[in-house]
Amino acid sequence: MKPSLAVIFLTLFSGSGFGLAALLALDNDFRISGGFGPLMTAILMVCALALVTAGMISSTAHLANPKNAWRAFTRWRSSWLSREGVLAVLFYPFAVADLGWVYFSDKTHSLVVLFLSNTAALIGLATIFSQGMIYACLRTIRQWHTPLVPANFYALGLAVGASILAAARIATGGPDGAIASIAVGLLLIAAVLKAIYYFWIGKPSGTTIQTATGFNRGTVRLLDQGHTFGTFLTREFSNCVTRAAAYRLRIAVFVVGFAGPLALLTLNLEHSIGSWAVVAPVLALLGIGVERFLFFAEAQHVVNLYHGRMPASLPKMPEFMRRKAPAATPLVVHYDKG
Amino acid sequence: MRLGLVIDLDTCVGCHACATSCKEWNTSSITAPLTDYDPYGKEPSGVWFNRIRHYEVGDYPNNKTINFPMSCMHCENAECVTVCPTGASYKRPEDGIVLVDQDKCMGCNYCSWACPYGARELDRESGTMKKCTLCVDRLYDEALPVEERKPACVLACPAHARMFGDLDDPQSTVSRAVRDRGGYALMPELNYNPTNHYLPPRTRAPVPTNDLGRPSLARKVKEWVNRVIER
Repeated sequence: MKPSLAVIFLTLFSGSGFGLAALLALDNDFRISGGFGPLMTAILMVCALALVTAGMISSTAHLANPKNAWRAFTRWRSSWLSREGVLAVLFYPFAVADLGWVYFSDKTHSLVVLFLSNTAALIGLATIFSQGMIYACLRTIRQWHTPLVPANFYALGLAVGASILAAARIATGGPDGAIASIAVGLLLIAAVLKAIYYFWIGKPSGTTIQTATGFNRGTVRLLDQGHTFGTFLTREFSNCVTRAAAYRLRIAVFVVGFAGPLALLTLNLEHSIGSWAVVAPVLALLGIGVERFLFFAEAQHVVNLYHGRMPASLPKMPEFMRRKAPAATPLVVHYDKG
Repeated sequence: MRLGLVIDLDTCVGCHACATSCKEWNTSSITAPLTDYDPYGKEPSGVWFNRIRHYEVGDYPNNKTINFPMSCMHCENAECVTVCPTGASYKRPEDGIVLVDQDKCMGCNYCSWACPYGARELDRESGTMKKCTLCVDRLYDEALPVEERKPACVLACPAHARMFGDLDDPQSTVSRAVRDRGGYALMPELNYNPTNHYLPPRTRAPVPTNDLGRPSLARKVKEWVNRVIER
């Protein structure tokens, strides 16, 4: 697939924003590491809203005809994309009301805040699920059609949210043990889930050029794709990373997105890193940005089969294990008489 | 009713007449125009509803060229309709034709991701998704003679490789053809249940070569001369 920056930013920023809002509510509910004060809660809620808004605005850049975007709220009964839109918009009244109430009442613990912050958190989490299901429901793209996709979206959104919370607490001082541990735990879970995903998508797909053309008994090769230059299909579903590049980028995801923030937050347990902690969420966002690029770039749409461009569709034996077949001799020899 | 196409891969000669007649009709039809980008330049591209690809099936010497036209399959489980967030994509209950309402589409490309057959193409000029309409504006047009109330591609095919009809009716020409010739749908494992079917090439007895006898002396000399003399 062609990775579109608009969709990468949408899922990256709004997922992180919803993760931050959910964990902020949880943190204040149970007063983890003492909870956040009213001003800090308000600032973090503004952060969450800014992230979600950045994602939502960037998503409209993906639309070729944005004047009809309002219609995307109508088909929530069948379309995950529509559900995501409805839920994301539903997040705002609760999140903004919560922000206002905390700021003006100067209290983080009241029945109203409990209701508003947790409702916003739940809607945010439901939005992350819908966002994952947008991709996971497509049977045409094997790398997306797996429950690991919404699981990854959850883990990654919550991991970024947790590292923002931990960084905020470490940078402003105060007890940070529990909150940093949560961030470390979520980053680890996200890393493991992503690793499982990368193993899983390496498996060959059941759809091949044979089932795509119906010639199941023999080899099928593309002779001519019928057009001299590219089409919408070859652009939209193009292969844009080589295997070697994808492999290097995966390493970057784990080093920058997971190992970096994990090392910083773990270091803080022994030696306070002070405001250097803000580097942790920045690294996580960068690494997970690369992860999101790869999520699109590595997705292989089955229509590529028709263009003879899906190398990974059939498993191939390594060269050294293959027996050399004798050179084919023509079975039909044409002699025209006379 | 379940209207669709049956395409005979045995007789298709790969001339692209269906694609060009489709373009000609539909560029002034209900989802018109089918925009072209850089049509006379170095990188000509544009919106087409019907594309023909060419494959080689089997290995030499038991190989065969297959010309493979593809357009919207008007699937029973049209996932492109399910995923559409705006309701622009819809499947007509009365005849099963899948269409895009150009006034509602927001151009998010999501339906094209859901389509395994590459039937949907975004028009960059209008910003909307466009696709085969099965020439719905011909099928019910009473101003047209009855024999012309068919998709433009079917009328254009010089090899009669394209058939149009109701695949719900077991006695229709298309249903009979699918039954008699072992017609099949593409990528059945994805469970989209496409309406369009493809008829495989007929199996013919191989041309016998063992009764040809030994080549004549003249023939042998001719072949020897051909081998020796470089052109």
